[in-house]
Amino acid sequence: MRALLLAAGLLASSALLAQDVRKDVEKYQRMIADSSPAELFELTGEEVWKKRQGPKNVSLEQCDLGEGPGVLKGAYAHLPRYFKDTDRVMDLETRLVHCMTTLQGRSRDEATKRLFGNEDKPSELEYLSAYIAGESRGVALAPGRSHPKEIASYELGKKVFFYRGASWDFSCASCHGEADKRIRMQYLPVLSTPQAASQVMSTWPAYLIRNGQFKTMQWRINDCYRQMRWPEPNFGSDVTIALTTYLTRTGEGANYRGPGTKR
Amino acid sequence: MKRSLLMLAVALGACSSTPQRHFADEKDLGDVQAALKRDFHARGAAQMTRLDADAVQQACNLYDNEPPEPVAKKLEAEQFAKIPFPQGNLVGDWKNGQRIAQSGRGMQWNDKPGAGGGSCYNCHQLSAAEPSYGTIGPSLNGFGKLRGNSADMQKYAYGRIYNSKAYSLCSQMPRLGHSGTLGEQQIKDLVAYLLDPDSPVNK
Amino acid sequence: MADPMKVRATMKGDTAEVRVLMVHPMETGQRKDSTGAVIPLHFIQEVQVRLNGKVALEGQISQAVSRNPVFSFKLKGVKAGDKLEIAWLDNKGEKNLTSTAIA
Repeated sequence: MRALLLAAGLLASSALLAQDVRKDVEKYQRMIADSSPAELFELTGEEVWKKRQGPKNVSLEQCDLGEGPGVLKGAYAHLPRYFKDTDRVMDLETRLVHCMTTLQGRSRDEATKRLFGNEDKPSELEYLSAYIAGESRGVALAPGRSHPKEIASYELGKKVFFYRGASWDFSCASCHGEADKRIRMQYLPVLSTPQAASQVMSTWPAYLIRNGQFKTMQWRINDCYRQMRWPEPNFGSDVTIALTTYLTRTGEGANYRGPGTKR
Repeated sequence: MKRSLLMLAVALGACSSTPQRHFADEKDLGDVQAALKRDFHARGAAQMTRLDADAVQQACNLYDNEPPEPVAKKLEAEQFAKIPFPQGNLVGDWKNGQRIAQSGRGMQWNDKPGAGGGSCYNCHQLSAAEPSYGTIGPSLNGFGKLRGNSADMQKYAYGRIYNSKAYSLCSQMPRLGHSGTLGEQQIKDLVAYLLDPDSPVNK
Repeated sequence: MADPMKVRATMKGDTAEVRVLMVHPMETGQRKDSTGAVIPLHFIQEVQVRLNGKVALEGQISQAVSRNPVFSFKLKGVKAGDKLEIAWLDNKGEKNLTSTAIA
């Protein structure tokens, strides 16, 4: 009898522990939202944006992220979107690489050599993403939704989200498909719902406390597929952009809150 | 024969007033698969052959994980027939089983081939002494205590870990044996973790 | 040249609420790199806050503080416009300094 009660007590305290963890995490997130190391990445990102680089020795300041050359306010919140000059739907990172190659004259190889950084040496794209995303604070998420390619990107993203495959038969929905589920202690938002998608998409890119790194959506998608036991996604591919399009449109209308701070 | 059964069932499904499926038909599914083949590349142990869809994935994708019963039963039976149940004892060492259950490594492109475990705690509660457990799968706490450790139960546990789709076609549980994630001894050790009265799972 | 620090200092009633963001690896000396070699101890040892040139707060922190510390504190007896300087010194002798006016 005692052994049974003890087991029940342990089980109950595990459930409570999970709840406590959730509350503590939310409390910490509220505390850190005001001042976060993410802001330092924004500051450095501004420097990188203004730095002359490449054979043409120019900065990225005339880069068109969709709102016109050099216009940053709201640019991130309106991505992904269709660009006439490349005839494709692009996200922030693919657009930045485009500007590095066309404006600055850098080779694609050089511009994409170090896509994802580490805690000691973040990548250029991470710094730039922080800065540019910060310039969309308070702007409603509104990715492109009228051009046929924007619609196709959304539809592809939605299908890929639910597509089960590879060694463990996982889709995004395998983990992000049911409310109040968690992996270990990490709760999983149901990203196909507007409520969860708006919370999540209004806080990426983000500083990750667990490793002191600033990470972007291209990284997040890449790292998910690694854990899903899939092969690796191509950086800036139509499929990765389609997923971001799907998630951003699902969360559209929410005010972008600026680079986030996460576990 | 298999293909036309599948197509007939899809057509029947399309006639009823169910919500729109994620994949309209096999062609739609094929288009997505072509995009994936184009936009992914091999890395480490994660080869592109991993994206070759088998009958289970085809059916679960086409039916949004709710295949009609005839389709499910047929494919489950096919999966079950492929489980190489070992002869003799199916119960290994629970202490090793615990390590395997705790390990979240293995089969990722940054993992060494052969290294890793079952990631069981990612989705399941097992030992009550471990508070860091997932809730995607049901709690397995007290598994052996509740179900006993008969030969039938050993076989069920072994089979379930080897290939969960043989029991429930569109289960979200990975096919740990079938995929080459875990070997025979490792699965036996997990069976012990679940069934051994001395295992923390049953304390 | 150390990475930028960011300080935010605003008056709330008669108290200034100050938040400082620092970039520093804060290595504990316990971690190993991919080759198995120990990553050496590297952390901010001293933090000093100066108000209008005079030391208002001095602290010693240890390697127990995690990477990229966020340091927040309150100051009484200050007013908007007062000059605030925050300086740190780490165990390798590296320094950093930032200043702002209290808003």
